[in-house]
Amino acid sequence: MIGWFRRVWENDPRKDPNAVVYFLLAIFAVLFPLFASVVTGGSPNFLLSVAGDAGVYVLLTLGLNVVVGMAGLLDLGYAAFFAIGAYTYAFIASDHLAVTPLQTTLHVPFWIVLLIALFVAASFGVILGAPTLRLRGDYLAIVTLGFGEIVPRVFKNTSTWTSGVNGISALDTPELPIWFKGPWSGDPLAVVQNFKIFDPLGYYVIMVVLLVICVVLVRNLQNSRMGRAWAAIREDEVAAAAMGVNTVQAKLLAFAIGAAFSGFAGTFYGAKLSLVSPENFGFSVSITVLVMVVLGGMGNIPGVMLGSLLIYLVIFMVLPSLPDTVTSIANAIGLTGLTQASGDFPGIGEFAARLKFLIFGLILVLVMLLRPQGLLPSREREQELTKGTHDDTIIEDVQAETG
Amino acid sequence: MGAVGEAIRRRRSDLRSGLTGRALDVGLYVLILAFLFLLGTRVIEHGPDYLLQIFFFALANGAIYALIALGYTMVYGIIELINFAHGDVFAFGAFASASLIPLFGLSEGQVWGPFTILQLLAVFVVTMLLCAVLNVSIERIAYRPLRHAPRLAPLITAIGMSFFLEGAMFLWKGPSSVHYPDVLPDLSFTILGARVGVKEITVWITTIVLVVGLALFIDRSRLGKAMRATAQDRDAAQLMGIDIDRTIAATFFIGAVLAGAGGIMYGLSYNTAVFDLGFSAGLVAFTAAVFGGIGNIYGAAIGGLVLGLIRTFWDGYFDSAWSDVVIFAILIMVLVFRPTGILGMRVPEK
Repeated sequence: MIGWFRRVWENDPRKDPNAVVYFLLAIFAVLFPLFASVVTGGSPNFLLSVAGDAGVYVLLTLGLNVVVGMAGLLDLGYAAFFAIGAYTYAFIASDHLAVTPLQTTLHVPFWIVLLIALFVAASFGVILGAPTLRLRGDYLAIVTLGFGEIVPRVFKNTSTWTSGVNGISALDTPELPIWFKGPWSGDPLAVVQNFKIFDPLGYYVIMVVLLVICVVLVRNLQNSRMGRAWAAIREDEVAAAAMGVNTVQAKLLAFAIGAAFSGFAGTFYGAKLSLVSPENFGFSVSITVLVMVVLGGMGNIPGVMLGSLLIYLVIFMVLPSLPDTVTSIANAIGLTGLTQASGDFPGIGEFAARLKFLIFGLILVLVMLLRPQGLLPSREREQELTKGTHDDTIIEDVQAETG
Repeated sequence: MGAVGEAIRRRRSDLRSGLTGRALDVGLYVLILAFLFLLGTRVIEHGPDYLLQIFFFALANGAIYALIALGYTMVYGIIELINFAHGDVFAFGAFASASLIPLFGLSEGQVWGPFTILQLLAVFVVTMLLCAVLNVSIERIAYRPLRHAPRLAPLITAIGMSFFLEGAMFLWKGPSSVHYPDVLPDLSFTILGARVGVKEITVWITTIVLVVGLALFIDRSRLGKAMRATAQDRDAAQLMGIDIDRTIAATFFIGAVLAGAGGIMYGLSYNTAVFDLGFSAGLVAFTAAVFGGIGNIYGAAIGGLVLGLIRTFWDGYFDSAWSDVVIFAILIMVLVFRPTGILGMRVPEK
């Protein structure tokens, strides 16, 4: 058995260096609900809900990885497509349209909206990308930055349509047409129609399924003709064009696919939170996702997934809990005076809360300085970096010779 | 950078050509005309005094944007990095000078004389130096070690530094906006029915002095020449014996001096500062740099002025909730219709 596995492992031409990581991730995803319920003593809902939210970021990171990691296009306004996906769901799957000038409501099922949002977001990606993708270098970054700033503000300002800052609430719950009730949920076995997915476990399962689909998709894309075209463009656009790659088309496709993922994630996010508000799609979201991609290891799918999970943990779990942790430590070691505000000092809990930005910034700088290639870079990229294919080799040779 | 002639010659680059290019130009002009027409109707509605008043405010705002934009454009010109921390250096200038003003013996509502002007000058100099030291340290710590790393690595450290600075200022002054001492004399003149205060005049004069000084420095001095050479071709410059590290550090130094001055003038004119001030101001200033043609210092100065005009006129005549949308829409349109900016940008070569 082991021998057979070894043979397959070593001889399969499609062997993926990341297979082990995928395997571990899959096992982790399956075991996580069990783990969560053991750790929390039978009430895993909070952890599962958090995992669902983290999954949104993993999805976003996978999408941005196509744009930034594979095709080498810098997108600084990725949250715009996320917002578009979420608002698409909000418009066509809630009672909200009744209070807009349209005066009707639409309740399209979640599963269909996933596809609609995907196409809507991709269309916006194409509309934005088509005129700008023929530009080079950082111009695209700047255009996307502008777009990312515009979209939430438009949602905020067109309040007759979007309720402005308050956002749209009470979005539909995802529904399965047919589902089974049984002993696992404490009911007698029966068929349920129009089963509404309320509990975090349900969202978790949807998220895992979406992630599996997306990972398979992205992985196949990376190994496809288009994936190779992207890699060529990323490394040298002029050379890629000379080799017959239609660079504009390939870049546009990468951009649209990235946007589609974001729209996908937006729909899930809207459905899970049951609320969309322009405040949730600011520049910080775009930056966070970009940081996840770069920190995890651009272009490497398990790398960026790992990066997104780690950053999510830091930003949304560790840093927010820091004030409480610090306060309890101060109390435990008898420095209760520190927990009180005195003069300019706001108390150590508040102090820690104010440290949040600073610590996050510091983490970004340190990780990038120590591992500029990311935590888990793809093999090719690592080789490029260690071999040093940058432009300044001539100068360094000269310097070496002249001492 | 600085090489306007060269930039203009390059402006008609291969990015756009022939019919499409011309059609895009026409589209841009139509949009501009439509906006001007709309603005014109509003201007007539509100009368000439209001127009002039808005114009004076706009010039002051634009001057501050221009000062920040210069730092962005110089840094981008020389190392092709969007220095996200630059806006926060500007905010640091505002915060630092707010603390320095009482320290140098200035207070609100005092009598002004030659000595007080000297005191204010001292505040300017010290703040600008502090900002410069800060920016050079940022370059030394976060950008220089990554000069040969993948392009996105320094961008992420720039973002990290921006978070760090915002976090530090948050820690220092807390989450809400703080009062900035209102030390300038409350004098104003009436020009053609519009009020011009000492604040606006201070901003104009300081900006003109700084920008002219910068232009002379870049054009005439040895270091300025080295900066232009490094921006054009780093390897060749190095082979000619230019100390690249020193030149890049000097660029960061000068950019921060200008941003620091901008920070003081922002504080002096608006009398308020908040820890994330640098974020939004930085985005607008960056837009200004792109608008003028990134890498081109005259472009940045003009871009800042134009964006100040656009923003202030929009706020004055239309719904200010949309002013950011307008600014970023302009950014996108400039890049679509005229990717080299209004004065032409250095097209980065791969």
